[in-house]
Amino acid sequence: MKVHEYQAKEVLSKFGVPVPKGRVAFSADEAFSIAKEIGGTVVVKSQIHAGGRGKGKFTSGFQGGVKLAKTPEEAKELASKMVGNILVTHQTGPEGKKVEKLYITEASDIKKEYYLGIVLDRARECNVIMASTEGGVEIEKVAAETPEKIVKVWVDPMLGLQKFQVRELGFALGFEGDTMKSFGGLIEKLYAAHEASDSTLTEINPLITTPDGKVIALDAKMNFDDNALFRHPDIAALRDITEEDPLEVEASKFDLNYIKLDGTIGCMVNGAGLAMATMDVITLEGGVPANFLDVGGGATTERVKNAFRILLSDKNVKAVMINIFGGIVRCDIIAEGVIAAAKEIGIRLPVVVRLQGTNAEKGMEMLKSSGQNLLTASSLQEAAALAVKASKGE
Amino acid sequence: MSILVDKRTKVVVQGLTGKEGSFHAKQCMDYGTNIVAGVTPGKGGTRWEEKVPVFNTVRDAVENTGAEASLIFVPPPFAADAVMEASDAGVALVVCITEGIPAKDEAKLKSFIRSRGTRMIGPNCPGIITPGECKMGIMPGYIHKKGRVGVVSRSGTLTYEAVWQLTESGLGETSCVGIGGDPVPGMTHRDVLELFAKDEETEGVVLIGEIGGTMEEDAAKFIKTMNKPVVAFIAGQTAPPGRRMGHAGAIIAGGKGTAREKMDALSEAGVKVVKSPAEIGAKMKELLK
Repeated sequence: MKVHEYQAKEVLSKFGVPVPKGRVAFSADEAFSIAKEIGGTVVVKSQIHAGGRGKGKFTSGFQGGVKLAKTPEEAKELASKMVGNILVTHQTGPEGKKVEKLYITEASDIKKEYYLGIVLDRARECNVIMASTEGGVEIEKVAAETPEKIVKVWVDPMLGLQKFQVRELGFALGFEGDTMKSFGGLIEKLYAAHEASDSTLTEINPLITTPDGKVIALDAKMNFDDNALFRHPDIAALRDITEEDPLEVEASKFDLNYIKLDGTIGCMVNGAGLAMATMDVITLEGGVPANFLDVGGGATTERVKNAFRILLSDKNVKAVMINIFGGIVRCDIIAEGVIAAAKEIGIRLPVVVRLQGTNAEKGMEMLKSSGQNLLTASSLQEAAALAVKASKGE
Repeated sequence: MSILVDKRTKVVVQGLTGKEGSFHAKQCMDYGTNIVAGVTPGKGGTRWEEKVPVFNTVRDAVENTGAEASLIFVPPPFAADAVMEASDAGVALVVCITEGIPAKDEAKLKSFIRSRGTRMIGPNCPGIITPGECKMGIMPGYIHKKGRVGVVSRSGTLTYEAVWQLTESGLGETSCVGIGGDPVPGMTHRDVLELFAKDEETEGVVLIGEIGGTMEEDAAKFIKTMNKPVVAFIAGQTAPPGRRMGHAGAIIAGGKGTAREKMDALSEAGVKVVKSPAEIGAKMKELLK
């Protein structure tokens, strides 16, 4: 689960990680009063679930989703150009994201910028902490062009972060004296926050040093493990559904694993691997999948019905392909569910169904004689080809 | 021959008396799996289906029945604990079906079981089957047929598709291992390939991978040393980056973990990589002629 910068900083603050003072604003007027309260120069930061905000551009033509304001009046003026407008960055895609909230923070004196990130290293099966003197730029770019400028330490999941690792990171970044101490405190608190909140990605870019030797998390990004939200109700409450696709939000209510894509063929499949493979085969046959959808192993009538509703609310969908492997739940039971759901919903689009596994033939017979607009195919390739044809109106 | 489990394997089921555990344990037993015990804390001393003894702890089950492999159906908040319990009681092989275990717990778990020499299949997996002998998992038993090909996969239903093709083509399977779709699985593609490489009956291997991580690339390095044909399919060739495709581990992160990288690494190691899962059976048939 992704959260906004201001939310990530709230989580980090609880663990004592130093961040600039700031508050969230929902309007230009609020931005004014928060800027006045903070005093001096402030930073007005668009809050969306995407990076590259500073270099982003609003569809209105206004340049930059992060701006300095010397006075509360200027903060208000800038805020009015951001809130309610669409910001496009290299991570949002060309459609951009609507800015609903702004984070107003005090401006910090920056001596130098660094990068600090914690993520699970799947190959080593533990967290890796990455640090770099190249802060404030895309870390993927640094990794590709100058990988020697990224230092890494791997943390034993049983023992946690060790002092020698903190020293390794600190010396690699060139810290000494009070700055080293300040960095040591920050990284230990940051790691504690990452672990305790089941974060899957904690990124500080940039981490900065100030002229008076302090080390501060100027920006913050955190992603949390969906599988661990059951033990973090406070973090689960940070979910912002306005950042998600409305159909994906709807699907999640029914516990359906749905991801919206740009194509014309709605897919309904049981199992994540088979669902991905179905998308692959549709593409091979010259079509474009409209979504990823895993209805789960059971594929019950209720689930199929809900899945149909979600698929059909996507106006780009021109045909539907159902691909189910009936194992312990037999194909005839699944066919019954598909027919019942089709009848109840009254489907007008062509639907291609392919069943494989236990009682597949019986299931296919039932579909054919159901009187519903259900096309059947026995092989995956054949089903995909039929769906592609139907999606093109052929 | 087969790998990891056969008809003699003594199996304990953790979470046996729960709805899911009970349903699938029954299916496994009907298939012929030698289920010797169940574990449900608080229900020790009872019998399941009037025959299988239920214990409070895995240690009790092991001491009383000699159980050597555990099949786990325990809800996600308690699953990591259940795996550690089995490992600490000396169970050599743990098959964890549970989906939804936090990644942090999995990393700790892996470190714990490694120190005790336990092998784990899963979590978030269909399990393992040696056709005609032992089914430790939730896969439909009847689609499998004793034969010549080993299967290792990160998927569930997609594996059944491949197995179906192998069975239909007459090749059959030696053992099929679903290693699961989580970011920190127990056994990896490579771990399972090492066993298939040594298994005399296994003549060829089907590897099914998907986007996310670098497990397939690691497997490719080992395949270079193998003298058995390998057919592979990688799911997610058309998956968008940055999205988690159903499985917790199926995500292209920071531009890494794409299907293309995996297909290239495997091809380079001499693997026949097919673009559609429908070609798996035919391709293997061609290679094992």
